[in-house]
Amino acid sequence: MSATTPEQAGVTIEATDGSQTIRLAPNYWPFVVPALVVVGAVIVFPWAFTLWMSVNSWTLGQSRNFAGAENYLRLASDPRFWESLWHTLTYTFLSVVAPMFFGTVAALIFDAKFPLRGLLRGVFVMPMMATPVAVALVWTMMFHPQLGVLNYLLSLVGIPAQEWIFNANTVIPSLVAVETWQWTPLVMLIVLGGLASVPREPFESAEIDGANAWQQFRYLTLPMIAPFLMIAMIIRTIDALKSFDIIYAMTQGGPGTASETINIYLYNTAFSYYDIGYGSAMAVVFFIVIVALSFILLMLRQRSQWIDQEGK
Amino acid sequence: MSSNLFNPTRRQLLAGTAALAAAGLVGLRPGFAAGVDWKRFAGTTLDVNLVKSPRSDTLIKYLAEFEELTGIKVNAEATPEQQQRQKTVIELSSGKPSFDVVHLSYHVQKRQFEKGGWLADISGYLKDATLTDPGLVETDFADAGMVFAKDGQGALRSLPFSVDYWILYWNKELFEAKGLKYPETFEQLVAAAEALTDPSTNTYGFVARGLKNANTPVWTSLMLGYDMTPLDAEGKLRTTSPEAIEAASLYQRLMTKAAPPGVTGFNWAEAQSAFLQGKIGMWFDGVGFAPPMENPEKSRVVGKVGYGVMPKGPKAHASGTFGDGIGVTAASEKKEAAYLFCQWAVSPAMGARLLQAGAGVPFRKSVLEDPKVREGVTMPASWLDAVVGSGNVSRLALPVIIPVTEFRDTFGVALSNMIAGADPADELKKATEQFQPVLDRSEQG
Repeated sequence: MSATTPEQAGVTIEATDGSQTIRLAPNYWPFVVPALVVVGAVIVFPWAFTLWMSVNSWTLGQSRNFAGAENYLRLASDPRFWESLWHTLTYTFLSVVAPMFFGTVAALIFDAKFPLRGLLRGVFVMPMMATPVAVALVWTMMFHPQLGVLNYLLSLVGIPAQEWIFNANTVIPSLVAVETWQWTPLVMLIVLGGLASVPREPFESAEIDGANAWQQFRYLTLPMIAPFLMIAMIIRTIDALKSFDIIYAMTQGGPGTASETINIYLYNTAFSYYDIGYGSAMAVVFFIVIVALSFILLMLRQRSQWIDQEGK
Repeated sequence: MSSNLFNPTRRQLLAGTAALAAAGLVGLRPGFAAGVDWKRFAGTTLDVNLVKSPRSDTLIKYLAEFEELTGIKVNAEATPEQQQRQKTVIELSSGKPSFDVVHLSYHVQKRQFEKGGWLADISGYLKDATLTDPGLVETDFADAGMVFAKDGQGALRSLPFSVDYWILYWNKELFEAKGLKYPETFEQLVAAAEALTDPSTNTYGFVARGLKNANTPVWTSLMLGYDMTPLDAEGKLRTTSPEAIEAASLYQRLMTKAAPPGVTGFNWAEAQSAFLQGKIGMWFDGVGFAPPMENPEKSRVVGKVGYGVMPKGPKAHASGTFGDGIGVTAASEKKEAAYLFCQWAVSPAMGARLLQAGAGVPFRKSVLEDPKVREGVTMPASWLDAVVGSGNVSRLALPVIIPVTEFRDTFGVALSNMIAGADPADELKKATEQFQPVLDRSEQG
């Protein structure tokens, strides 16, 4: 075994005032490499490959040809793509707003002290623990126009039977209802955490100043829990945008294409039609949409941060 | 050329007698002839890729029998249909599939597999007496089976395994209450469906698939009654022909005037659930969905269900036919051993097991016509009669093209829109314009 010189080991020796200072030249690369390999393999490579496939015309079982921007141009003139984009945005908007509203109301209720509060909180969060596909199958039967319990309940109060997910006009609101039922507890938990961290003193001052309950909520509670609401909104938006399981299990995008979101259309294109090139182009465009939405949400989050009086 | 048990061909008679005699001498199970050197590939290991279904469950249940017969070890994997299709296409297109035997849905994958060159030509094996049971002859399969199994050049690429004819399930009790008889024609079908419909009692005359994609075979099956198919022999779309529009109008009329509300979201499972409740007059779907009808734990119509061959259309009498087969992959290095497995899977013994358990209907006529096999069938005799009767008027219900799923999706949306009130001619025109470029692209490259 040969001896390693200080220079080879990355050690620099400098002479100062007759004494010697030993300075270690930092060499962190070996520590970064494993992380780089993992990131490269699971993030960079799949994305680079998706980009590459998106500029090729490639259907499984057939030859691959370079197609340039053809797939993207096809997207621009594909009414089914634009329709699915609209469904995605509508579904996402409703699936964020409804759980945010009900989750905040539930958090305010569960923040108050009343008997059996702990037990009821536990019951309230149970939908969140269920498997989405199982949830979807149960709700599909509940929505059944003839055999479903929902129409039975409506009939008890004299309301005519509805077609729920079996009608193009009501399918998205019905799916949002399931999403809301399952994910309102998540918003409730996040907001409840926020409410627990709100100081009591400003409320005491507000009461002395004669502020009513609504004014206290509007001008004190809401601004103070705003960062928590933003976190809940970001999580819900990401979840709703990527929602696939519930929609696929309940309607497969139907009736017709009335509930076909980009995720469903993309899945069908790539894995039912095996049109990998076109599906990849769709994935790239959808990625850009998600990045744009995330950027807007992150900007809003910045604005909702607590600031002190000096504006720091 | 066709034959049955009571009118066998000379070759079948000689082959059957010889096979039975030989089997008796050497103690083999009936159906596995001694002339075949079953042990020739003993020690080989085969990988088999199956679609998860009652049919594959039956194969797996009796796998030990094949292993004992041949000395071949089998690793069988059965995955749900959608996942199996994705897996097989991805692996086969890679050129190195992990399996030697593959189970395929003819009505969806036939042309795709042919174009990819993914299945081995087994025509030669069928003629090899050391490999093939003498009873295994082309004429023993229903005609549709051989149409499915052979490629455009006439080479045998797979063995037809199980057939699914579309029949009409009808509720005899509801029909009797209205003094109606089983419809013999499309006109009578519509009249009966509308006469049975009474929304005030939540009773409807007809149900079929309304969900996009799943609904397309309903329309194409009706189209067969007008002696029309979606594509002509040259591969040109005929989906805007007067017959196609008439079939779509018939679909629209049945689904809007005689079907339960919300039918546009019904796949076969929802339609079956509705029929099982006893409030639906007729249900049009595959013959393979029959077993729950006679199961008291699942059905309120036990003993009340009639099973009928599809009524005659204005121009033709046809039963929409679908099916699956089992083949040897072109990339397999154990093709002959894999062929033995396929042969065992479609053997009379396995066919009888499928039929008697209600797990599927074999393509082989000798099984359907064997009185002993019929005795053991647990379903009512009228069901078996409907199977045999449908076989006599069997026609492929979906076009043999690569983009079958896109075809079903595109025209499925049009049909869903028709249930919502859209004009059939307009919708078919729009769907045809959308689908034509997809079809054109599919045969390029």
